[in-house]
Amino acid sequence: MRFRDLNRKLLLSGNEAIALGAYEASVRVATAYPGTPSTEILEALTQYEDIYTEWSVNEKVALEVSLGASIGGVRAMSSMKHVGLNVAADPLFTAAYTGIRGGLVIVTADDPEMHSSQNAQDNRNYAPFARVPMLEPSDPQEAKEFTKLAFSISETFDIPVLVRTTTRLSHVSGIVIPSSRRQRPRVRPSIERMPQKFVMLPVHARQRRQALEDRLSRLREFSETFKGHRIHRGSREIGIITSGVSYNYVMEALPEASVLKLGLIYPLPETLIRRFASRVRRLYVVEELDPYLETQIKAMGIDCTGKEIIPSQGELNPAKVRSAITGKNRKVFPSVEVPKRPPVLCPGCPHRGIFYAISRLGVFVSGDIGCYTLAALPPLRAMDTCVCMGASIGMGFGIEKGLGRKAHGKVVSVIGESTFIHSGITHIVNMVYNGSTSTVVILDNRVTAMTGHQPNPVTGLTAKGEPTVELDLEALLRGIGVEHVHVINPHDIEDAYRVLKRELKRKALSVVISKAPCALLPEVRKAKRPAYEVISEECRGCRACLKIGCPAIWWVPEDNKKKGKARIQAYLCNGCGECEALCRFGAIVVSDAR
Amino acid sequence: MPDEIKNILFCGVGGQGILLCSEVVAYALMQEGYDIKKSEVHGMAQRGGAVEAYLRYGSRVYSPLVEPGSVDFVVGLELMEPLRYTSLYSEKTKVILNTQKVPTIGISTGIETYPENPVGTLRGLGLEVYPVDAFEICTELGEPRAVNMVMVGALSWFLPVKVRTVEEVIRWRLPEKLHRVNLRAFREGRRALRK
Repeated sequence: MRFRDLNRKLLLSGNEAIALGAYEASVRVATAYPGTPSTEILEALTQYEDIYTEWSVNEKVALEVSLGASIGGVRAMSSMKHVGLNVAADPLFTAAYTGIRGGLVIVTADDPEMHSSQNAQDNRNYAPFARVPMLEPSDPQEAKEFTKLAFSISETFDIPVLVRTTTRLSHVSGIVIPSSRRQRPRVRPSIERMPQKFVMLPVHARQRRQALEDRLSRLREFSETFKGHRIHRGSREIGIITSGVSYNYVMEALPEASVLKLGLIYPLPETLIRRFASRVRRLYVVEELDPYLETQIKAMGIDCTGKEIIPSQGELNPAKVRSAITGKNRKVFPSVEVPKRPPVLCPGCPHRGIFYAISRLGVFVSGDIGCYTLAALPPLRAMDTCVCMGASIGMGFGIEKGLGRKAHGKVVSVIGESTFIHSGITHIVNMVYNGSTSTVVILDNRVTAMTGHQPNPVTGLTAKGEPTVELDLEALLRGIGVEHVHVINPHDIEDAYRVLKRELKRKALSVVISKAPCALLPEVRKAKRPAYEVISEECRGCRACLKIGCPAIWWVPEDNKKKGKARIQAYLCNGCGECEALCRFGAIVVSDAR
Repeated sequence: MPDEIKNILFCGVGGQGILLCSEVVAYALMQEGYDIKKSEVHGMAQRGGAVEAYLRYGSRVYSPLVEPGSVDFVVGLELMEPLRYTSLYSEKTKVILNTQKVPTIGISTGIETYPENPVGTLRGLGLEVYPVDAFEICTELGEPRAVNMVMVGALSWFLPVKVRTVEEVIRWRLPEKLHRVNLRAFREGRRALRK
């Protein structure tokens, strides 16, 4: 349990608060695929014994499992990052038609500043698109309350409900007061055959389409009196309509303004908005990213100012809001030039060796999403594309088919094992079926590392850490029909290079599994391989060992700065030994200090 | 009452325990009755990259983000990192600074050089700087990973929290086998600034 003071207050992140809300709402099944900033929701739920939690293999699978649980009459929740909802969009749109039995909630965690994402899509647009109600909390306490409300709205209106958070709610901690009682679901768990509701044959779908419109019109009425909307009566000069985290920035930047904070952002409470708008002289809409509220408010025929002055890219903050509306800026202190500090692959990371080998082949690298995307940065510079989960393999194949013989041996697709299981397997089936001579590398580091070490099917553990069947990638690939499957150790750079070179020449589809555990896994840390050191007298200062970009190897310049020597920081070195193989002068050796 | 809100910026390098550092301080302030907003970023922002966390406390805190000119305290877990965020500072900002250097990948591979005299640069901007040799202190304690608790100790002089409260939080938040070394690190951090 979390730290409590005498008043039973908790300090929870938005994600932890959503999990607590789901627990208080008696959720029975929770599914997710890890993705920043959503990951901690499911992690927090694994601590409850009476909730079934799973890391699903992707978001579509996650939502379908939840929908099934809901059809069985229990409350279910799926959480995912914004781009994850694209993957789950297929079941989402039709689940709006079928409706639910047990409350069904989908959490979408957006990342407007792209702290850890490939795009900044505004998932509020999914609500009107899929015709599904959406709640948008603004702080952790509200995140908990809204999650509970989402379940009851879902059951009252027979519809899945979206809860939208952003990085600055998901990863912001605030004070949350837990409830002593848990909500009772309205439905009982049971198997009920209801084909007209759940079999979306056109004849049923047309009926459910009408039923959906009826549910939405009841929801519109409900939205007018929804207790999660809030009005601050302030000056009549300036009125602001806002929602989510933007509300916090408004409250700090413009404490004197009148504010309408919307909690249910689809469907919108038109009468409430009209009434608020009529009471203020100038109306502004403050929201991050798209003019989602603004467009709908303008469509109501209400005059307001929004994206003309509020930035539509990146996160907002109080200073941006104040400056846009009042033109006032605080004095800015001078900035100082500092060397950039990009994230790097950890010392001992198995991705380093394989990407170094790939970089020597001079091939086009169709890449994917994971820690290994960092290999695109210097000094490795060994990635040429990264678009979305699983795309590496298909794009590599597309280049092969587009260029024919010209591309043979010049393209390699690289994908992590969790990403491969998420949406890479179908690509291999596609390539076997349609005839490919490509080379694919699967980086199998035994865990979903970038989001913080979630287990996946190759790990052999469930979300709750219980042992389960370990997926055998090699057997899977052979079963699909891949004839050439090779498992290599990426820390052996020479062997990796040799195998890749050979497989690139092969006129057949070939998959290389680069297998070594993440350097941060507890079992790897405990193994404590001895650190390496540079024998200073032997070091010629050729910088060959710097090419792999290991943070444990530091260049120590001599007086004139052109020359220098390498030094290994023993406290950072993980003992992987990749640098030893790079040194032609035998200057890098196992240190006997340890 | 935005005027009453105080803002702390924690900054350093991924892996230095910045998030734990800010969490301990947040719980301590919460125990003393303050409203809290703490903001951080996970995922791609870790892995040896620059990491920052904001902690805001007061009677009622809305925004999780600080605005330019409003940072009261900077806790730098690495020597040059506070230079990265100066646009958020004002003349009143106090910088509590670990003197430990961690090179960026550009510096460790010899492409860039480490900034000269970061303490001097910060003082040159008119800021009060409190250097702490946290890495040396921890090395003496035999636990180089306790740098973050040394910094909590140094920061605690400036915050409306009781020493006992922070110690309670450390005991609650960390596994028992780590209590001794982290409590010592915290006390040594306090002592370092008393001199």
